[in-house]
Amino acid sequence: MHNATPVPRNTAIQESAVTRIGLTGLTLVLLVTLLALPLLIVFAEALKRGLGPALDALAEPDALAAIQLTLLVAAISVPVNAICGIAAAWCIGRFVFPGRRLLVALIDLPFSISPVISGLIWVLLFGANGWLGPWLDRHGIRIIFAVPGLVLATMFVTFPFVARELIPLMQEQGAAEEDAALTLGASGWRIFWHVTLPNIRWALLYGVLLCNARAMGEFGAVAVVSGRVRGQTTTMPLYVEALYNDFDSVGAFTVAALLSLLALVTLVMKAILEWRMGRRGGVGR
Amino acid sequence: MTAGVGRSALPGFGLAMGVTFAWLSLIVLVPLAALTIKPWELGLTGVWQSIMEPRVLAALRLSFGGAAVAALINLPLGLLVAWVMVRYRFPFRRLADAMIDLPLALPTAVAGIALTALFAPSGWVGSLLGPLGITIAYTPAGVMLAMVFVGLPFVVRTVEPVLMDLPAELEEAAATLGATRGQIVRRVILPAIAPAILSGFGAALARAVGEYGSVIFIAGNMPMRSEIAPLLIVIRLEQFGYAGAAALALAMLLLSFLLLVALGLLQRKLRPADA
Repeated sequence: MHNATPVPRNTAIQESAVTRIGLTGLTLVLLVTLLALPLLIVFAEALKRGLGPALDALAEPDALAAIQLTLLVAAISVPVNAICGIAAAWCIGRFVFPGRRLLVALIDLPFSISPVISGLIWVLLFGANGWLGPWLDRHGIRIIFAVPGLVLATMFVTFPFVARELIPLMQEQGAAEEDAALTLGASGWRIFWHVTLPNIRWALLYGVLLCNARAMGEFGAVAVVSGRVRGQTTTMPLYVEALYNDFDSVGAFTVAALLSLLALVTLVMKAILEWRMGRRGGVGR
Repeated sequence: MTAGVGRSALPGFGLAMGVTFAWLSLIVLVPLAALTIKPWELGLTGVWQSIMEPRVLAALRLSFGGAAVAALINLPLGLLVAWVMVRYRFPFRRLADAMIDLPLALPTAVAGIALTALFAPSGWVGSLLGPLGITIAYTPAGVMLAMVFVGLPFVVRTVEPVLMDLPAELEEAAATLGATRGQIVRRVILPAIAPAILSGFGAALARAVGEYGSVIFIAGNMPMRSEIAPLLIVIRLEQFGYAGAAALALAMLLLSFLLLVALGLLQRKLRPADA
């Protein structure tokens, strides 16, 4: 934490050393038990029988298929949400129109909806007994229990990440630089590429990072639409569940360890980006 | 906010608005509309009956009650962590700070099996608690533990910035007037951060209510006892009771919405000074 309150404080408004050490110790105990131990046990369980069996578990065809599918789903849903998030931030951050606040609230909506419900809504639309189910069936199109359903459910849960980073930033920055470029005769796209994008790049990257972490780690929403066909509609988190329910502990925790590494990389990059942007990150949700 | 003069001179509004609107409608609004319409296939009484089943009520009670208890537990925990992070300097502080966000970055299924392994009777922590007569895994306590895990960062990250911006002069003035440290914390600091505490509580609660992945592994999922409402939605869906699943989902959304409105009103009451 870079721009925190400076340390030298008036001793009249500080706790005694005993209190300070006590509270700090309590915090560390809490963070270790509640946060560090769960992370540690994932790796411990994965390597319980050594590195060999763990690597074997990752080399399984179903494991490789799950990794591929997870990458595919993220590769579709993250860019779409990023581009649309930029478009939303351009409207809301650069123009004044009625209903802006409502639009912001609607964009944030998916965050307050349970993952399971985020999957359910797609089944209601495209499932066998859903609105469009019979029509899709006649035309041989599968959405639910297939990759498109996984992508749609993932897009819903990761919908706000990029937009909610960019909207407040662009509102704060104001349009002065873009207006200047416009006066100098730059076209819309030129303004966007040379003025706007450089100004928002770190926040954009930050949003994409969090969006990607959620897209690759999502469980509840994709569980509902997946149908869990191994090797076909099973993403990494779903594969973890499948192995766990098969009592394949080493396999489940090995794939879980891979996902944990993704989480750790995300946290490190998040800290770096927060330092670059010169701010503390809020809740990344 | 004040309308920036000349903003509308920039191009691209139509295109950007079109993209935004299409994106929002296709991914969020249309599917949610399906959710609000589907339950009524059962008819009004059908919807009511499907929600008033004892098993459903028990699941709703656990999801909302458990989430409330977890958010309450997270208040002192989150306040403690935020306080120590903002006010004190100690070794590994940066590492600890980064760790706080772990529950947001760790996939929920991973958190679920990790917490289960840790707190199962044979696990590292579970085997210590067992002799004390405390069982966490496969009980409602396990559900709440997972909810505490996912909710903690919300309280910490909401309280931290407010605590950081609290002017030292306030505390100094109170100290000059002879207040003890305890009095200052209770009378000066806590009231100032109360609205932030409440929004952190609301965010942790909202997250825990709908939580699925990190809960179902440790819950044991016994009907009437440790079965959460989202799991019941999944079960109904698997039995092709689309309307029944949608009815329960809609009930959950409405309840959460009412809760958040109530918390918002309470929050407005907490800060009459700068109203």
